[in-house]
Amino acid sequence: MSAPTNIPPNAPVPAALPGNALRSLWREVMQPHRLVLIALALGIAVYAGMTMRWHWIPRYADLALQGFWRTLWLLALSCLLGFMLAVPLGLAQAAGPRFLAAPARAFCTVIRGTPLLLQLWLIYFGLGSLFPQFPWIRESELWPYLRQAWPYALLALTLSYAGYEGEVMRGAFRSVPHGQLEAGRAFGLSRFAILRRIWLPQALQRALPTLGGETVLQMKATPLVATITVIDIYAVASRVRQDTFIIYEPLLMLAVVYLMIAGLITLVFRLLERRYTRGMTA
Amino acid sequence: MNRIVSLAGAAALAAMATTAMADQVRIGIAAEPYPPFASPDAAGNWAGWEIEIIDAICTAAELDCVLTPTAWDGIIPALLSGRIDAIMASMSITEERMQTIDFTNPYYQTPAVIVGGQGVDVEPTPEGLAGLALGVQVATTHQAYAQAYFEGATELRLYQTQDEANQDLAAGRIDAMQADSVAMDAFLASDLGNCCTLLGSVAMDESILGRGVGAGVRPGEDALRESLNAGIATIIADGTHAEITARYFDSPIYTYNQ
Amino acid sequence: MLDWLYTLVPGLETTAGLLSLHPPGWGGNLLRGALASLQIAAGAFGMGLVLGTFGALGKLNGGPVTRDLLSVYTTVVRAVPELILILIIYYAGTDLLNQALRAMGQRPVEVSGVAAGIFVLGTVQGAYATEVLRGAIQAVDKGQIEAGRAYGMGPITLFRRVTFPSMLPLALPGLSNLWLIATKDTALLAIVGFSELTLETRQAAGSTRAFFTFFLAAGAIYLTMTLVSGRVFGWIEARYRRGEAGPTRGHP
Repeated sequence: MSAPTNIPPNAPVPAALPGNALRSLWREVMQPHRLVLIALALGIAVYAGMTMRWHWIPRYADLALQGFWRTLWLLALSCLLGFMLAVPLGLAQAAGPRFLAAPARAFCTVIRGTPLLLQLWLIYFGLGSLFPQFPWIRESELWPYLRQAWPYALLALTLSYAGYEGEVMRGAFRSVPHGQLEAGRAFGLSRFAILRRIWLPQALQRALPTLGGETVLQMKATPLVATITVIDIYAVASRVRQDTFIIYEPLLMLAVVYLMIAGLITLVFRLLERRYTRGMTA
Repeated sequence: MNRIVSLAGAAALAAMATTAMADQVRIGIAAEPYPPFASPDAAGNWAGWEIEIIDAICTAAELDCVLTPTAWDGIIPALLSGRIDAIMASMSITEERMQTIDFTNPYYQTPAVIVGGQGVDVEPTPEGLAGLALGVQVATTHQAYAQAYFEGATELRLYQTQDEANQDLAAGRIDAMQADSVAMDAFLASDLGNCCTLLGSVAMDESILGRGVGAGVRPGEDALRESLNAGIATIIADGTHAEITARYFDSPIYTYNQ
Repeated sequence: MLDWLYTLVPGLETTAGLLSLHPPGWGGNLLRGALASLQIAAGAFGMGLVLGTFGALGKLNGGPVTRDLLSVYTTVVRAVPELILILIIYYAGTDLLNQALRAMGQRPVEVSGVAAGIFVLGTVQGAYATEVLRGAIQAVDKGQIEAGRAYGMGPITLFRRVTFPSMLPLALPGLSNLWLIATKDTALLAIVGFSELTLETRQAAGSTRAFFTFFLAAGAIYLTMTLVSGRVFGWIEARYRRGEAGPTRGHP
């Protein structure tokens, strides 16, 4: 499928704040047409605030906070675990022997070639349909977890991230110049040491900008977990609609919340990039 | 199903945007199967008790009805935004919903019951269900009732379709569920349902559970509401309602005084 | 005919029956759903290309207000989950359209599921396509454009004869990715009750309880769609790359 350089559609969302450039930001904003646009946007926001129905907010604030938290940790944990799987998946494809490279490639192809919603339903409802046939599952130690919905959500999201990022890491590993690895060998470093000290850090550096964009995409996939009874922020907004029949206001609110999370992700990756590209000459 | 053309297959062929036929009434049914009231077969034809009742009401009221499957969770928005003209999807007439849409007279009413999973034998009360996981379908009176009476002590799990809740009860991922008694009779009689037992009806609260199931229409569409009402009255008076019911259920599910 | 196979693999006969193309098998429904998915994906991709071309040209050559508005469009669409955009556009879109028609004294229209699906996903695709095409146009050798201008080409001829053909090979990998996203995003329409492949699958699975069979079958259909279209895009790319000197970008 496509190589990492082919991922412009997944490129990071245009930047949030560049760290220390407050003054250039000021100059950016203080252009006449921007001021007019900002005033217009504020006007629309105030108008929406005055004319639309927001009285439900206090009643659902607690639930929304819990849902928000659940969305965040599902996102963070699935990205972390997914990335830990992506590294070996990428390495196997970039440099592994055939019997490792082929399954890794197949895994990435299948994950990237089918909709996450389908994967999620297969994992949750497909596995669930087997439970009645195997009564011993209910006696097992894992049953308290298997009963809940979030482990399935976490599993599906993790596998999805691993599949996409496995592909990204494959390209990143390959893009590290061979000379670097040979230099490591000349220093008498072991293969593992070369991987840990030279190969992985450099691949990571190259992959970071793409990973930031991919993480925003992962965030955009999280509301799907509401379809398997996980109560994330999206599910809370749906509940507002179901209880009060107010349709648009909760959806608009959700859009703002996700925009903020996307901004946060972009910022975090900016900081990571700054940190890890320090000392790297262009 | 003489006057009803299923939209399920036709939708794929539909033109980009067609002007609504003035004389056609688009009846919104839930796109998710809800046996024995409405479910599609492999050919894409919808069948079930409610589908036959819709057909009978439309024939009696001389309306040209078109079934339009719509996601249950968005069926009221679909009505308000004009994608459909009436909702006939086992929707209970409740105070909360009546603030947004209008209803016809009821065409059936059944009690809300609690069904317990394997080895779960408790009273269908807040005390009995405390500490258990209870499944309900989203955007139903059962969700509203469970939120009012059970939530907190009981863990609520919300399903997009009743079907998925049934399946999770059989899988043991929930301990019990609250649903409509007739739908539960059908579930308990099925292979999947032999895991589970009927625990009884919940205590009545008409303000939440409503006054039976009616057809929902946009506020102000009195002409359509009245002709549907006339159709409902006709099929109850001439015995069509009872005849259709007898083919699906053991007991009558219309319990109003005529 | 297949009896020997059925005795070899127990359960295969039931599976074959469930997936049979004719009722009571559900295979026909799945294929119909797949066709609907493809239809929407193709429509959305086309709409995305049109929006993306205007968006990219607007971002590169437009005035400051156009550029800022386009940035808002691409930022919002790429940061808000498709599911939420779909719900907002699906309901609000029809509502606003009919309100506008009523205000103009026209009769309200019924927007078909296909049209709504194409519009919603097309809007999303447009934002990504804007970025892909903008990047590709920027990467076109400035000398070529100047040469075109020196020949006295007008802006439209210049775009048609020089900019467009030279940026296409650069944009193809990104566009191919966008097409894959379009096919997979059609699954989200299942949540608003549109009977495309994923909803058909859920209905079949719910009615027969053969969850694994149908979800795996649908997965195979999606995978076929993405793999075949990947090949097609690869072939188109190879054609456009023909005669290009030096190592090509994209495929190491």
